[in-house]
Amino acid sequence: MMLRRATLILVPYLWLLALFLVPFLIVLKISLSDTELSIPPYTPTLDFSAGWQGFKDFLSELDFENFQFLAEDDLYWKAYLSSLKIAVIATFLTLLVGYPIAYGMANAPNHWRPTLMLLIILPFWTSFLIRVYSWMGILSNEGYLNQLLMSMGLISEPLIILNTNIAVYIGIVYTYLPFMILPIYSALERLDASLLEAAEDLGCSRFTAFWLVTIPLSKNGIIAGCFLVFIPTLGEFVIPSLLGGSKTLMIGKVLWEEFFNNRDWPVASAVAVILLLILIVPIVLFQRNEQKQREAEG
Amino acid sequence: MGEKAFEPWNDPNEKPLIQFQNVTKRFGDFTAIDDQSFDIYAQEFFALLGPSGCGKTTLMRMLAGFETPTEGTILLGGQDIAPIPPNKRAVNMMFQSYALFPHLNIWENIAFGLKRDGMAKADIDTRVDEMLKLTRLEQFAKRKPHQCSGGQRQRVALARSLAKAPKLLLLDEPLGALDAKLRQDTQFELMDIQEKTGTTFVIVTHDQEEAMTVASRVAVMDHGRIIQADTPAEIYEAPRSVYVADFIGDVTIISGTATPQGDGYDIAFAEGQPTLHAKTDHSFSNGQACHLAIRPEKVAISADKPEGVANAVQGKILDIAYLGNLSTYHVELPNGQIIKSQTANTRRLSQRPFTWEDDVWLSWTNTAGVLLEG
Amino acid sequence: MRRLTWFNTTALTLGFAFLYLPMVILVIYSFNESKLVTVWAGFSTKWYGELFQNEAFLDAAKVTVKVAVLSSTIATILGTMAAYVLVRAGRFKGRTLFSGMIYAPLVMPEVITGLSLLLLFIGIGLDRGVFTIVLAHATFSMCYVSVVVSSRLVSFDQSLEEAALDLGCSPMQAFRLVTLPIIAPAVISGWLLAFTLSLDDLVIASFTSGPSATTLPIKIFSAVRLGVSPEINALSTIMIAIVAVGVITASLVTKRAALRQQAEERAAVKA
Repeated sequence: MMLRRATLILVPYLWLLALFLVPFLIVLKISLSDTELSIPPYTPTLDFSAGWQGFKDFLSELDFENFQFLAEDDLYWKAYLSSLKIAVIATFLTLLVGYPIAYGMANAPNHWRPTLMLLIILPFWTSFLIRVYSWMGILSNEGYLNQLLMSMGLISEPLIILNTNIAVYIGIVYTYLPFMILPIYSALERLDASLLEAAEDLGCSRFTAFWLVTIPLSKNGIIAGCFLVFIPTLGEFVIPSLLGGSKTLMIGKVLWEEFFNNRDWPVASAVAVILLLILIVPIVLFQRNEQKQREAEG
Repeated sequence: MGEKAFEPWNDPNEKPLIQFQNVTKRFGDFTAIDDQSFDIYAQEFFALLGPSGCGKTTLMRMLAGFETPTEGTILLGGQDIAPIPPNKRAVNMMFQSYALFPHLNIWENIAFGLKRDGMAKADIDTRVDEMLKLTRLEQFAKRKPHQCSGGQRQRVALARSLAKAPKLLLLDEPLGALDAKLRQDTQFELMDIQEKTGTTFVIVTHDQEEAMTVASRVAVMDHGRIIQADTPAEIYEAPRSVYVADFIGDVTIISGTATPQGDGYDIAFAEGQPTLHAKTDHSFSNGQACHLAIRPEKVAISADKPEGVANAVQGKILDIAYLGNLSTYHVELPNGQIIKSQTANTRRLSQRPFTWEDDVWLSWTNTAGVLLEG
Repeated sequence: MRRLTWFNTTALTLGFAFLYLPMVILVIYSFNESKLVTVWAGFSTKWYGELFQNEAFLDAAKVTVKVAVLSSTIATILGTMAAYVLVRAGRFKGRTLFSGMIYAPLVMPEVITGLSLLLLFIGIGLDRGVFTIVLAHATFSMCYVSVVVSSRLVSFDQSLEEAALDLGCSPMQAFRLVTLPIIAPAVISGWLLAFTLSLDDLVIASFTSGPSATTLPIKIFSAVRLGVSPEINALSTIMIAIVAVGVITASLVTKRAALRQQAEERAAVKA
């Protein structure tokens, strides 16, 4: 019985230790190492045969040089800032697009809702890559959008959208929309309709009732949705590399290029460590919001 | 008491506060309210009583403005209220679920409606304090609704809907969520507050005891119609239909045929049973089908045949419902008719005079029952 | 009363148009005759034909499916175990670390997960290929599976297990005969989720794959970087169709089951 319980715990535990925690510690370690033109392309490597002395030598050779490099080269902190800016703006845009949809769903007749829900979830099961790709044909200079606008006579020159930040925003809003809609919808759906009647009864117009009752009571859904969009967007790679241009700086893309194109593993690792440090703040806030919500419901 | 009884519905000079004029409400094919006309007077405590789905909530929601009549008009103080949206009506509602705003504390909940009116800050403070005092919630002002007990929430909902001093307060099953003991206390509190504020209350309930306790008049509803609207005593003592007699309180209904006899009627109800006698203002033709409704507490039970009574029948005790202070005997007559008789348990249980299977006599006066048309 | 006002109707119409138009356009243009993807030149299925001639795509598809099946199966077993540990095993040393490791991969940027796994595989000298992708996918998918399964376990009446033990089951039998059938829907949806995540993944696969194993997303990505291509449109259409059919079938099946249960319950009440 005890043995069985131990096995049950140990198998997933060890798996996660070996394939999640240890790799992450390796990233941390390599971020403190120096670049070297060798295989593996960094130094020092831990020499187990040298015993305790070897470990001490190893430690003494670790330093924060890569982080210093990140701080001095403005490419990196510009990339972090630009990622943050893009993530904040994109999250806000997703909220603007997602809230009315969630609201419409929550107020739709009951028998429609399972279908609407299915329609929101369906894109989520469809390949992310394909969904991003589908916008390339729409937004390119000869793309469907420009064709449409020019045939309508609204513009004479094609709009340059693909390979700009605008395309990145569109891509993020499009792919992350379900993450925004679902938590807001579930908050709105639970909203007791009699609260809105009570607000009207006490003298609110429809709009003030929405502002004073619906918005505050869907606050948790809004917060959850924003985090669910913001957190993955910050490290996003596919969208900026397919829809963004050479000027679109996002840290996920920088990391990728540092690793695959420059083969600078220590710097790539340092970039990853900083990205994670930045992410801790929203993740902790998100956890706290979820916790608070659970307590409020419990 | 010396006071003049409060009976504006009997005063032809009194102007009603609310008038329903041939109001019909349909939802698709379903008729929720079927061509109803009635009046409610200022300062009344008017109860709409009926089983769920009888249309009582629809009536109330039309007063609040959440539904509009399909046909007919509703007048409030002589004015048609159909075009006035709920947020502009001098009517407030206390919701069945209370509908307290969970993100606002008690104080803010009560102040909510006052702020919408653009009342001055100082006046809002005074008014909210007044309401908190009225509902004994002073020390809970800073709490959120989920930190309050059921009874406290109920009082917050009441305070919030009364804060704007509406001409008319609608209460949708206001005590439905409270347990039995608290409900009784709260009934008296409601009556007290209604009297203090002089507001007209319209209450919707499915609990007949509650309606009887609080209301000045009770409207018994069924299938979108008001069957009878009268004072609680009238409703109980003089129901005008079998439905009302059966809906309110415990009753035995004996069906038979009426024959005029003296100043009342003889009622034949079964072969081999004595005819019954009842007085009534109603007139029945000879041989007309009728129902005699008798309340159990008006039926006396005895071992021997009582002398000099208008009605006496013999039967066997089938069941005894012991309620502590009262016992109800279900007595079966030889033809199978069951008549209920209720007596106060003034003696201890062990000394109860009757038990199962005993042959007993039941008797009642000729004014005890109500004779109703079949 | 819930009603569709003009505002709600507009919001829903525009919203769903936004969600579905890009994919509809993609599907339509996959049947375009022309090589120039943005110019319509008549209906044709030739790109589908070319796609099925393309060995590289077919190989990548095979690798992808193999990886997805293997990794999602491992992830489902590990994830279900992890969920059981989280919900039922009570306190043990390192529980906080354990639950942290379950939730962290859900919010970890893919580039970091990919990078860290790659560095591990290099560090221990593991050749990159199908095996390493399977390990990587199983690791992050098991966290999703455990979230799905544990939410089902939480709502599960524990007295059912206790009843089984009381009636003479060993704990293992109780799990197999009582717990598993009840949490089965969650386990199945966990598997499906893990499967789609694996099919979908570009970033982690790019880091952990080697020259011997290229998955479909990697192939698509490198093709797409050069611009829109009719073959990719055809491939996308096939993938969209598979997902659509799968999800709609699944939802119809669940709906039918729910309706049948309702009908049976109603019949039982009447009886």
